[in-house]
Amino acid sequence: MTALPAPALQKERRHLRVHQAEIGDRIYEIVTTACALVIPALVIAIALAVFAAAWPAFAKLGLSIVTSSEWDVAKGKFGAAPAIYGTVVSSAVALIIATPLAIGVAIFLSEFSPAWLRQPIGFLVDLLAAVPSVVYGLWGIFVLVPLLRVQVMPFLRDTLHLGSTPLFSGPAYGPSMLAAGVVLAIMALPYISAVSREVLLAVPRSQREAALALGATRWEMIRDAVVPYAKSGIIGGIMLGLGRALGETMAVTMVIGNRAEISASLFAPGYTMAALIANQFSEATNDLHLSALMAVGAILFILTLIVNAVARWLVWQVSRGRAS
Amino acid sequence: MRALTVAALMMFAVACAKENANQSATSSSTATSSGGSVDLTGAGATFPYPLYSKWFSEYAKNTGVKINYQSIGSGGGIRQLSEQTVDFGASDGPMSDEDLAKAKGGPVLHIPTTMGADVITYNLPGVTTPLKFTPQAIADIFMGKIKKWNDSRLASVNPGVALPNEDILVVHRSESSGTTYIFTDYLSKASPAWNASVGRGKEVNWPVGLGGKGNEGVSGQVKQTPGSIGYVELAYAKQNRLAIGAVKNKAGQFISPSVSSVTAAAAGVAKTLPATTDYRISISDAPGADSYPISSFTWILVYQHQQDAGKGKKLVDFLNWALTDGQALAPPLDYAPLPAEIASAVRERLKTIDSAGTK
Repeated sequence: MTALPAPALQKERRHLRVHQAEIGDRIYEIVTTACALVIPALVIAIALAVFAAAWPAFAKLGLSIVTSSEWDVAKGKFGAAPAIYGTVVSSAVALIIATPLAIGVAIFLSEFSPAWLRQPIGFLVDLLAAVPSVVYGLWGIFVLVPLLRVQVMPFLRDTLHLGSTPLFSGPAYGPSMLAAGVVLAIMALPYISAVSREVLLAVPRSQREAALALGATRWEMIRDAVVPYAKSGIIGGIMLGLGRALGETMAVTMVIGNRAEISASLFAPGYTMAALIANQFSEATNDLHLSALMAVGAILFILTLIVNAVARWLVWQVSRGRAS
Repeated sequence: MRALTVAALMMFAVACAKENANQSATSSSTATSSGGSVDLTGAGATFPYPLYSKWFSEYAKNTGVKINYQSIGSGGGIRQLSEQTVDFGASDGPMSDEDLAKAKGGPVLHIPTTMGADVITYNLPGVTTPLKFTPQAIADIFMGKIKKWNDSRLASVNPGVALPNEDILVVHRSESSGTTYIFTDYLSKASPAWNASVGRGKEVNWPVGLGGKGNEGVSGQVKQTPGSIGYVELAYAKQNRLAIGAVKNKAGQFISPSVSSVTAAAAGVAKTLPATTDYRISISDAPGADSYPISSFTWILVYQHQQDAGKGKKLVDFLNWALTDGQALAPPLDYAPLPAEIASAVRERLKTIDSAGTK
């Protein structure tokens, strides 16, 4: 964090303007300020609109919307706990799979890859981000889910004998929290790897040379000199990937099984908040139902805020650690 | 550091976009697009959309009247009609009394336009004869009371079929849909236990099973998973050649779903219809030896008192055409045409539409 001496700078700027009377500068300043203000204003406006629409549900249902597991429109019961749980767990599974892979790709591209290979691989990995999510969903239904059901799940459960742990127990239907996690991992991967790669490439050459000069092997150089230097940027990339995973709707809906139940097993179907909203919004006519869906949106909003705050804190911790 | 700021903004954007996309899905459709002048606008059900779009294009060819229809879902159709942002709505489920009371333009007429049906589709490798289902068996399967394919309640009505000793995997729709309404409406009538515990609705609290998104999500899951069972629209099942079960109707016959057996269901109900009906009627579990029991109307919703005499006349003219010449376009698209007696009774009802409405 580079703290600019803001007041001093402004004073300086005002001084210049008075003397030179640069009308162009003034217009430029107004335009850029307006641009900078529009986005936060938009975020606040959206937050207000969502919370206002969600208010009747919060007022009527109270905390039960967060704690209850029963979502029954006909009976007027709206408990989103399984969807909140599913959002968190599917995103966590995605990050556990995607992070090592993405950082591996980034380290390879920045440190080991021959120059002629760097461009094509980087391009293809970035291309993953451009695939529409409905395509991931269809691929999930027709390729990933059958593969998980027939090969991966029996392998985890029977061959590796993980079936006795709650995480991998129960029947393997295919559509599941695991399937959602894998699809999300693929979707989050390009974000993490692209940011990490750029950050690693930005590590000064002197940093590497210093490590090598001290007798470090290539591996030690990367581990002790390059990655720590880029750590805060890499965490930023991971958080960007997490943001992608938390909000993803279509692909998840198509493979998660859409069952509003909390189950410890990753083989069991689940639900996410985004999927719940997407599934029900278009046909919701009753006011409380609509409001409950908006409340789920508000909770998702809060969850992303918390994730952001945690990310900021992490980066702050990391950069402070480096300084000392 | 800059990367993280970008990350933070992107996350906001992602979260916001999700809410916004859903909101704008309903509001954007009020804007009529497409070049040239549009005479009428409508919004609503997705299920009859293939037939409706065929109707609108044929009607435009014949009369020059252009109709813009947004297939945003039945719920959206009802909301937009209530807010008077469209000239007509369309829905797979009838409006509730509460919905009707909220409509800003006064009394709403339900005009049945065509019929659809849900079919039971399943995946049992090695079973080639179409399976037969009793209503009770379907309800018990979807409530999780029948867990195995070789359960005696299935075997007893399918003599000679080697049913495997396998678990049944139930697949239902994940999103709210008219298809689910038709299915649960039928089960609520056919099974008191279902009616008491699950009930009817465009989405219900399913006791068992997986949710697939859309007809394609359900059929994709059923096609890939041996031992699974689900329900999809008739037109969808026909066009994708799914395995289809026959269902026992009120008269005790096992009937396969088809355009003619769905029309028969409506004809069975028509005989018992009072002259004053508002057509908010269910034709599931209909009487008649040939009636397929999981059938339903789909409706176009119009205000009885139109605000604009010109538009009102165009709308009535179109509906008259749809109920006469338009019906012949339904069977090739796997929609069931209305029985003649219902079509003519509904056309009588169209005469009550006037232009006394005010904004």
